[in-house]
Amino acid sequence: MSDILLAVRDLKVHFPVRSAGWRGAHCHLKALDGVSFDVRAGESLGVVGESGCGKSTLARALLQLIPPTAGQVLWLGEDIAGLGDRAMRPRRRGLQIVFQDPLASLDPRMTVGDIIGEPLRVFQPELKPDQIRHRVETLMGTVGLLPHMINRYPHEFSGGQCQRIGIARAIVLQPKLVVCDEPVSALDVSIQAQIINLLMALQRQMGLALIFISHDLSIVRHLSHRVMVLYLGRVMELGHRDGLYRNPLHPYTRALLSAVPIPDPDLERARQRVTLTGDLPSPLAPPTGCVFRTRCPMADRRCEEHTPLLEPAGPGRQVACHHWRRNADT
Amino acid sequence: MIRSSPPAVELQHDIKGRSLWQDAVRRLARNRAAVASMIVLAVIALLAVFAPMLSPHPYDEIYWDRIQMPPDFANGHWFGTDSNGRDLFVRTLYGARVSLMVGVLATAVSLVIGVIYGAVAGFVGGRVDDIMMRLVDILYALPFMFFVILLMVMFGRNIFLIFVALGAVEWLTMARIVRGQTLSIKHRPFIEAAHACGVTRTGIIFRHIIPNVLGPVIVYVTLTVPQVIMTESFISFLGLGVQEPLTSWGVLIAEGARLMEAAPWLLVFPATLLALTLFAFNFIGDGLRDALDPKDR
Ligand code: SF4
Repeated sequence: MSDILLAVRDLKVHFPVRSAGWRGAHCHLKALDGVSFDVRAGESLGVVGESGCGKSTLARALLQLIPPTAGQVLWLGEDIAGLGDRAMRPRRRGLQIVFQDPLASLDPRMTVGDIIGEPLRVFQPELKPDQIRHRVETLMGTVGLLPHMINRYPHEFSGGQCQRIGIARAIVLQPKLVVCDEPVSALDVSIQAQIINLLMALQRQMGLALIFISHDLSIVRHLSHRVMVLYLGRVMELGHRDGLYRNPLHPYTRALLSAVPIPDPDLERARQRVTLTGDLPSPLAPPTGCVFRTRCPMADRRCEEHTPLLEPAGPGRQVACHHWRRNADT
Repeated sequence: MIRSSPPAVELQHDIKGRSLWQDAVRRLARNRAAVASMIVLAVIALLAVFAPMLSPHPYDEIYWDRIQMPPDFANGHWFGTDSNGRDLFVRTLYGARVSLMVGVLATAVSLVIGVIYGAVAGFVGGRVDDIMMRLVDILYALPFMFFVILLMVMFGRNIFLIFVALGAVEWLTMARIVRGQTLSIKHRPFIEAAHACGVTRTGIIFRHIIPNVLGPVIVYVTLTVPQVIMTESFISFLGLGVQEPLTSWGVLIAEGARLMEAAPWLLVFPATLLALTLFAFNFIGDGLRDALDPKDR
């Protein structure tokens, strides 16, 4: 398929950790352990999971802000995993990121105009200052900021406005794919909706592909075409939004979804709750076999001994669970 | 509401943002001690610059008939004369020129070297950082006075040598401060964001790191200038500083201290000016620290 922008194959990011004590033994924190997925042009892929499941690491590893330990990141068919700064630079034009903390991701000593214009200065050094200014002002209008604020500094803006600045900076080069790393989790609920709608509008206008990382399942449902569920750095389930939300196959997905309130009171009363017991196991010592087995209501001997592989489960659907068939069509 | 809302025309123009620097200047302007100190320094600096026009006496003319005279307004020797019969007022202000120039230039040298060195070491990190900072440690351990005396003996007494020697020593602390600050901001998301935007490492250091570490650096600068002046005075006090008939505060104070009992004015005037200058710099440094970091009071 030619419209695949980004193909990730068996991506691993391990951080070396030295345990305490004299000559502490080296072990590895497996932040991401064999993640594979594709992103097509113009689509949005939601990535959900609890905090600590490797979502932010995934965002950074895709952009080579953290060098992956193993695996491939194929950007437009070309492996960019582990590319150096210089080799990576031209590719950054098409691959941008919006960060979680809106204010902290803006340089406090720069004006909004300088912040949004920075990628232009890097990639189009031939532009004159007033051309850059013109583009920045136009873009500020597009993302819902008043263009005459161009000389203001980040600390003079609210969180939502700062995130608009961050979005403007990410799209100023007209990228093909924007990775959004929990872009709204630091914002008030009322403002979250505005930012989500802005992202969706931009996606429509510019044909952007989005990777939208969040722990909030209702937001992901709102704007994703496909959804990927991560747990302890591994893909648990991947599928089209409607199929996945209507009929979650993986016990973890079921548990996550059952925690989300359903707006319809009848359905809300009728549904069964699958509650997650226990805490997220330490990623330093993940459980053997299936990583989810310590909290899974369906776990048995097989789950303890064999790691389930991601297997196809219907069109566009993949699940990593030995017993997913029991959850099918219930 | 007595004042009406701002006129609508204003919306047509760009709103001028207030940078963190402007906020800091505003806070500094409210600090009385700092403002007074800046005025004092400005007056001393102006006097030093216009010294020759203020007094009828040249700084190196020897009045054989007026040796070691107390202050006297009638003949224009406002601060008296020294043991060689030269006018002390003009000499003190010429001393101010040398002392302030040494202070500012040596600090500027240390600023440029220290900031770039520290920012590079901190940002690049790893082995490069290790090597760069070990070098600083080694230079730190060298006995500074020995180094200066050696230079003086080898190249003769020369005012530029003093700049070099002082600048070469002062940048070490600057580099350490800047490195520490750099380490504390290099993992902040805006640096990562710049990286994601394709800014080069050099670009990140000069456009993002250095402007953001400048706050503590400026405070340190205002404390380095008096330190350099003191060191220069000390070197001159030892007789290794500037060459006669040129003078500096250190030289004047050395001579004044020698003749303290016979001619106290020889000590009082230069020492007062030196003390005033040092105080002023310290007050400004204090004010700047408060102004730049309002949370950390
Ligand atoms: S493989 Fe077993 S433990 Fe893992 S999710 Fe499926 S049923 Fe639960």
